[in-house]
Amino acid sequence: MPSTLEISPETIEQNRLYADMGLTDEEYTSVVKILGRRPNYTETGLFSVMWSEHCSYKNSKPLLKKFPTEGPHVLQGPGEGAGIIDIGDDQAVVFKIESHNHPSAVEPYQGAATGVGGILRDVFSMGARPVALLNSLRFGSLERPRVKYLFEEVVRGIAGYGNCVGVPTVGGEVQFDDAYNGNPLVNAMCVGLIDHKDIQKGIAAGIGNTVMYVGAKTGRDGIHGATFASEELSEESEEKRPSVQVGDPFMEKLLIEACLEVIHHDALVGIQDMGAAGLTSSASEMASKAGTGMTMNLDHIPQREENMTAYEMMLSESQERMLLVVEKGREEEIAAVFRKYDLEAVAVGEVTDTKRFRLEHHGEVAADVPVDSLAEDAPVYHQPSKIPEYYEEFQRMEDFKPVVTDYTKTLLELLQQPTIASKEWVYDQYDYMVQTNTVVSPGSDAAVLRVRGTNKALAMTTDCNSRYIYLDPEVGGQIAVAEAARNIVCSGGRPLGITDGLNYGSPENPEIFWQMEKSVDGMSEACRMLGTPVISGNVSLYNESFGGQAIYPTPIVGMVGLIEDVSHITRSHAKAAGDLIYVIGETKPEFGGSELQGLFEGRHFGKAPELDLEVEALRQNQLLTAIRSGLVESAHDLSEGGLAVALAETLFDQELGCDVTIEGDITTALFAETQSRFLVTIHPENKDAFEQAAPGAQQIGTVTDDGMYTVKQKDVVMEEKTSVLKTAWKGALSCLVKSKA
Amino acid sequence: MKCAVVVFPGSNCDRDMYHAVKDELGADADLVWYQEANLADYDAVLLPGGFSYGDYLRSGAMAATSPIVEQIRAAAEAGKPVLGVCNGFQILLESGLLPGAMLPNKKLKFMCHTETLIVENADTPFTQQYKEKEEIQIPIAHGDGNYFCDQTTLERLRENKQVVFTYQTNPNGSAGDIAGIVNERGNVLGMMPHPERAVDALLGTDDGLRLFQSILTYWREHYAINA
Repeated sequence: MPSTLEISPETIEQNRLYADMGLTDEEYTSVVKILGRRPNYTETGLFSVMWSEHCSYKNSKPLLKKFPTEGPHVLQGPGEGAGIIDIGDDQAVVFKIESHNHPSAVEPYQGAATGVGGILRDVFSMGARPVALLNSLRFGSLERPRVKYLFEEVVRGIAGYGNCVGVPTVGGEVQFDDAYNGNPLVNAMCVGLIDHKDIQKGIAAGIGNTVMYVGAKTGRDGIHGATFASEELSEESEEKRPSVQVGDPFMEKLLIEACLEVIHHDALVGIQDMGAAGLTSSASEMASKAGTGMTMNLDHIPQREENMTAYEMMLSESQERMLLVVEKGREEEIAAVFRKYDLEAVAVGEVTDTKRFRLEHHGEVAADVPVDSLAEDAPVYHQPSKIPEYYEEFQRMEDFKPVVTDYTKTLLELLQQPTIASKEWVYDQYDYMVQTNTVVSPGSDAAVLRVRGTNKALAMTTDCNSRYIYLDPEVGGQIAVAEAARNIVCSGGRPLGITDGLNYGSPENPEIFWQMEKSVDGMSEACRMLGTPVISGNVSLYNESFGGQAIYPTPIVGMVGLIEDVSHITRSHAKAAGDLIYVIGETKPEFGGSELQGLFEGRHFGKAPELDLEVEALRQNQLLTAIRSGLVESAHDLSEGGLAVALAETLFDQELGCDVTIEGDITTALFAETQSRFLVTIHPENKDAFEQAAPGAQQIGTVTDDGMYTVKQKDVVMEEKTSVLKTAWKGALSCLVKSKA
Repeated sequence: MKCAVVVFPGSNCDRDMYHAVKDELGADADLVWYQEANLADYDAVLLPGGFSYGDYLRSGAMAATSPIVEQIRAAAEAGKPVLGVCNGFQILLESGLLPGAMLPNKKLKFMCHTETLIVENADTPFTQQYKEKEEIQIPIAHGDGNYFCDQTTLERLRENKQVVFTYQTNPNGSAGDIAGIVNERGNVLGMMPHPERAVDALLGTDDGLRLFQSILTYWREHYAINA
C-alpha cells in the first residue's frame, strides 16, 4: 500500500524534504503552525505547489495591487480564469495571457502546445467560446543552433495545438535578443466571446453538491510543474523534462464543445480548469472562493497509470482536465452531455461545510488541511529593491548618435533584422482563418475579427519592447501599454483593457525586483491615462538561465479593442497611388534601445525614448476620431526602425511607391524611435478635414504608382524599388532559420 | 435545398460551412452529429474541415471507418451532391469515395494562406457558376494536402475531366497541381482549399460563394421540380 511507502512527517522535517519541493524553512514552519502538527508527504506537496510563486503570486502580489483593475465596462477583473469586458448587446469579450516559459525551454513543442491548451481552458471555463489566439515570443540569437531549434519547435507546437482545436491564431509578436539565449519566453493569449447570461464562475457552492472530474486521465506528467516554473533554469532543468506535460488537442476540442454545451445546463454550479498545480489548485480554489470545504475520494480519479499515490495525483499537471460542481442527484444529466463527446464525467467528491480540504485514498485520509490556508494564506513577500548600477550608468551617458553613411543600405539591413522582418514564416503555419471571422490577418498593426451577427469587430494585439524596459523600466512599461493602444487605434478600435504577461528574472535579486516595481508603475500609469484596466494576467519569474543571466524585463501587454462599425476597420497598408502621406508627432534624436543601435553596436544602452502620456492619449483620440470619420485610408504606428521602416511596411502590400521629403537631421528623421508617432495615408480630398481632425500632422509626401521608395531632402536621400525592399524583408526570417549555424 | 453538415469529433470548420450555406447562400442547413445523422433527409451532404479524431493514425482515416460513411456512400450513389473540404476530402479519399491519397505537405509544415486556383472543369454540380480556366482566390489551411495518385489514375482523372481545381502555384507538392477532384459521376467533390472561407468579401474573397450557388442551381434544375 502506498501509505506504508510514504515518507513520514518526521523524515520530511528532519531531512528538509520540503525544501526539495520548493518550501523555505519559514514557510514549512508556518504550515506546521496552521495544521498544529507536521504535514504528511501529500500535504507538504499541496502547500508547496499552492504557495509557489506561480500559484500564489507571493512575490508579485504587492505589485499587482497597483494595477487599475476597474472600469465601467469591466464585468470580471483578475481572480477568475480570465477577465471579462462588456462590448454591448449583452455580449462580452473574455481574455487572458499566460506564460509557458520554463516548459518551452526544456521541451519546446509540448511546452508551447500545452501553453495554448491551458489558456484556452482558462477562457472556455468562463463559459466563453474561444475565438482567437495570440502569442508573444522571445528568443535569443538565431545564429545559435539551440535557439533555432527552440524557435522552430515552439512555432510548430503553437500551430499543432491551435490548428487542431479550431481556434485561429490571429496575431502576436516575436523578438530576438541575446538576453533570451538561455531562456525563451512563450506567452499565449486567448480571446473569447460570451453572452452575459452564460458567464460561469469557478465556485464550489451548495453543501452536499457533487464534485465531478472530466477529461483526460491523470498521469504522472507535469508533477510539480508550478514549482518548476518558480525557480531558475539550471543544468538540472533537462532532468525536469518529466515536469513538462504532453498535450492532446483533440481531447481539448471535445472538452470545449462539451463544456460549452454543459454551461447551459441548470444542474451545473461551478466549473474550473485544472491548470498549474492541477487538481490541488482547482479544487481548493473553488471551495475557498465559495467559502465551503471539499472532500475528494482519490480512488475515483481516472488514472492513466497504475499505483499512483495521492501526492502524484494531486500534483499532476496532466492536460485537458476540468473540475465541475454539480447539483446533488443530477450527476447523470451532466455525465450524459459529456458522454456524447466520448468523455467521462466522474463523481470524485462533495462540497462540505467544514472549510477543510480533505482527501481520502485507499480508505485512509491522505490530507486534511484548512482550504483557505492553501488558496489564501500563502506568505506575501515584500522583496527589497535596488536601483541597478547599469541604469545609473545609462542615465549618465551622452545620447547615442549613430552615423549612417548609406541610408538605403541601412534600411535594407534593418528590414532584415529578425525582429523587424516579415513573420510570414511563422504565421503561415498557423490557421488564422478558421471560424471565418478574421478580417485583418497577421501582418498588420493589430488583428481584427468581426463579431458575427453584429456590425462590430474586435481588434487585438500583443506588444512589449523589452529593450526600452531594460533601459528604463518605468518609461518602458508606459511605452508597452501605449504601443499596444496605438496598434488598436490604428486598426480603428477603442482600447478596452489589457491582460499582462509579466516575465522577469528572480525577484530575490533586488535589482530585478526594482525592474518589476518600476515597470508595473509605468504600466499602471499608462493604463490609467489610456483607460485600459488590467482584467487578467500572469506572472512568470525566475527567467534566468545557466550562470544567472536574467532576461530583459518583459511585461507583455495583450490588449483588446472594440471597433464599433466594421467600416472603421483600417489596415497599415497604403491603398492607392495619389494618397497623401502624413506623420503625426514630432521626431527627436532618440536612439537608446533602437534597432539601429542594436544593428550598429550589437547591444542596447543609454536612455529609453521619452513618453508624454497626455500627448499620447490626445493623439490616439484624434487619430481614432479621424478614422471613424472615414478620413483615413491606412494607419501604422512608428515603432522599431522608425519612419524609414514604417514607410516601407506601409507600401509592401501592393508594392506601391512613395515620394517623401524629410526635414532636419536625416538619420533622426529616418531611424529615430521617438514615441507617440503615426504614419497615415489619406485621400487628397480629405486633406482639410484630416488636418483639422489631427492638428500638427505633417504631410511628408504622396503614395506613387512607380513602385519606387523615394525619400528626398534637398537631394535624393534614398531611392530603391519597393519590391527589392520587400524581398529582403519577406525572406529574411526563413533564410535565418534555414541557414546552418 | 436542405444540406447536412456532418460533424465528427474534431471537425472544426463545421460552423463555417453551416454559416456559408445558411447565411450567405440562404439555403437550409443542419449541423448533424455523426452518430445521430439520417442523411436520407437531406439533399446535399457537406463534410467540413478540421481534425477528425485528432488526425491520429492518418488524416481522415478514423472517420472513414465510422458507420455514417455508409450513409454518405448511399447519398453519393443516389446522385446527391457530396462535398468534402480539407479533412472532408481526406475522409472521402480514406473511404474510397474518391481515388488517391493525401501525403504531408512537401515542406512538411502546416500552411495557411489564400491561393489562386484554376477552374479546370466548369461543368460539374459544384462549378457551373464559374468559367473554365477562371482564376479564383480560395484559402488553404492544411498539413496533409499533398495529393497523390499513381500515373494511370492521374491520366484517367484528366481524361474524365475529374480534375476540377488546380493550384496556379503548387503549394504542397500535389500530383498534377491538383486542388480538387470529382468522382466519375461528378457528384462527389473533394478539395483541400476552403470555399466556405471565401463567401464574404469582408474577409478577403468571396470567390467560394459561387461553388455553393452552383450546388443550389444544380439541385433546383434536377430535383426541385417536384418540391
